[in-house]
Amino acid sequence: MVGLLAAVKPIATPEVVWSALAPQLVMMVGGVLLLTIVSLVKGRLGRGAYAGYTVVVALVSLASVVPLWRRLQDSKGGPASLVGGAVGFDGYSLFLIATMAVGVALAALLADGYLRREGLEGPELYVLMMLSAAGGGIMASANDLIVLFIGLEILSISAYVMAAMHANRVSSQEAGLKYFILGAFASAFLLYGIALLYGATGSTNLAKIQAFLSDVVLVHNGMLLGGVALLLVGLGFKVAAAPFHTWTPDVYQGAPSPVTAFMASVVKAAGFAGLVRVVVVTFDTYRLQWKPAVFALAALSLLVGSLSAIVQTNVKRMLAYSSINHAGFILVGVQSGRVGTAAVLFYLAAYTFMVVGSFGVVTIVGGTGDGRHHLDDYKGLARTRPLIAAAFGVFLLAQAGVPFTAGFLAKLGVIQAAGQTHNWTLAVIAMASAVISAFFYLRIVVSMYFDDPAGDPEVEVEGSPLVPLGARIALVIAVIGTLGLGIVPGPFTHLADDAVPVITAAGR
Amino acid sequence: MSQSAYLVVAAALFGLGAAGVLLRKNPLVMFMCLELMLNAVNLTFVSFSRSLNDVGGQVSVFFVLVVAAAEVVVGLGIIVAIVRRRRGASADDMSLLKG
Repeated sequence: MVGLLAAVKPIATPEVVWSALAPQLVMMVGGVLLLTIVSLVKGRLGRGAYAGYTVVVALVSLASVVPLWRRLQDSKGGPASLVGGAVGFDGYSLFLIATMAVGVALAALLADGYLRREGLEGPELYVLMMLSAAGGGIMASANDLIVLFIGLEILSISAYVMAAMHANRVSSQEAGLKYFILGAFASAFLLYGIALLYGATGSTNLAKIQAFLSDVVLVHNGMLLGGVALLLVGLGFKVAAAPFHTWTPDVYQGAPSPVTAFMASVVKAAGFAGLVRVVVVTFDTYRLQWKPAVFALAALSLLVGSLSAIVQTNVKRMLAYSSINHAGFILVGVQSGRVGTAAVLFYLAAYTFMVVGSFGVVTIVGGTGDGRHHLDDYKGLARTRPLIAAAFGVFLLAQAGVPFTAGFLAKLGVIQAAGQTHNWTLAVIAMASAVISAFFYLRIVVSMYFDDPAGDPEVEVEGSPLVPLGARIALVIAVIGTLGLGIVPGPFTHLADDAVPVITAAGR
Repeated sequence: MSQSAYLVVAAALFGLGAAGVLLRKNPLVMFMCLELMLNAVNLTFVSFSRSLNDVGGQVSVFFVLVVAAAEVVVGLGIIVAIVRRRRGASADDMSLLKG
């Protein structure tokens, strides 16, 4: 027996630099820990404790990014690859992980009041949020297509359950099932794309694929292009880009509102993380081939998103179409290639604040049962709830791209990137769709400020305020973020500029 | 020759699965079609792994299997939750959300 063991050579395991993985690990361990604690001390923790814990975990994850960012910008540091070349470590992934951590904290603050109002216990919602964000972090730092796939699945499987969270509302479960079937369908396409790329290049490692593509000129590149196309389909689904957007309005409308906020911010950011990392950076040498495809996705999303939003009378559904429109704007940045990555990052950070704020207001106005989402329910909101109306006004104007808000600079950034690559057609389409979408954002604002309130406003019940504390904090932070990024964008644009995506081979 | 035959079979299976998801109405059958798509991908991975003489593709299959199992658990959970509320649910009954 001893002789047998001695004969077995020790397996060479890759060195793991745990500290560099801290932001993702904090989220993942935080989620699992909460699940363990909650199942041990059933019901003895207050509901507020769950939300508070989640916010703390998200903030720790955010804080752990700071020293890593410093190390990265240091002359001795720089981008590296970890865990045997499977995970990348660069400014780009850190920036997106920080963005997602902010999204988790804000969504958790919204979820607290929602769960109390709906009478749900819901520690699992927070667990799933943290796990999902950990998956997003893995996606953002993936250096291998299989790691990307696993990150995507951790992200999405948690999101499917979150969408179906409200066990007593049929629409929530319907949203969950639709999201699940279409999401799994998209994952299968993505995976088939990965398999084809593996066949064409001989590796799933992004650094190896990049090296292969710069060394070898493929005569028959059909399989490679097919693989990239399938990857675009799979990731297009996740970021809700037209024509793969059909699930978005249904799922965004049916899912519990705080979960919608989470999906629109974190899931979208993670999807774009994967898109930029794989398509823009790894297949840079094939940009002439993929750029027309991304062009089509961007133009369609811009037009479908803005035109379909106009005819909606349900505000939640309208915001879902508006998120398709925003996906189109971000794709304009993606289409610009490496020039546009900073604009994409800034847009994602700005969008996180705007969209979590918007769905936060929707959560509050939706009332018990989460059903008051018709445009009529917003009539005269400025008179019945002036502060909520003012906050919603800020978020909507920011999404419309009014100057001195984050939305303006975000849109300006991606359109500038399109201009730098002389892509005037796309820039013009983007500007036209910004004008169209201003219409439906302003329609809500007008209805809030100039119409008379319809029906009775929901009455304040003793012990459960209409605007719970958590939601208040979240909305204030979102307003500060939306206006702050618009008025003092300097530090953030510098951060986004420094967050360059780099793919490093193993051993460097 | 032999490798391309495997790839063609895998592509056909993937297409069948995709068609099934789009055309069938029973959520459970849609589910099985999703599994068929994932297994078609596995077949692709294995045949590439063989022709490239690289073990990476076969390792990928294990990851795919694990993820598929996790997906099944969650999907069946959602379906059970829905069927508990209304018997004999089909994808056509899922029409509360539209517009």
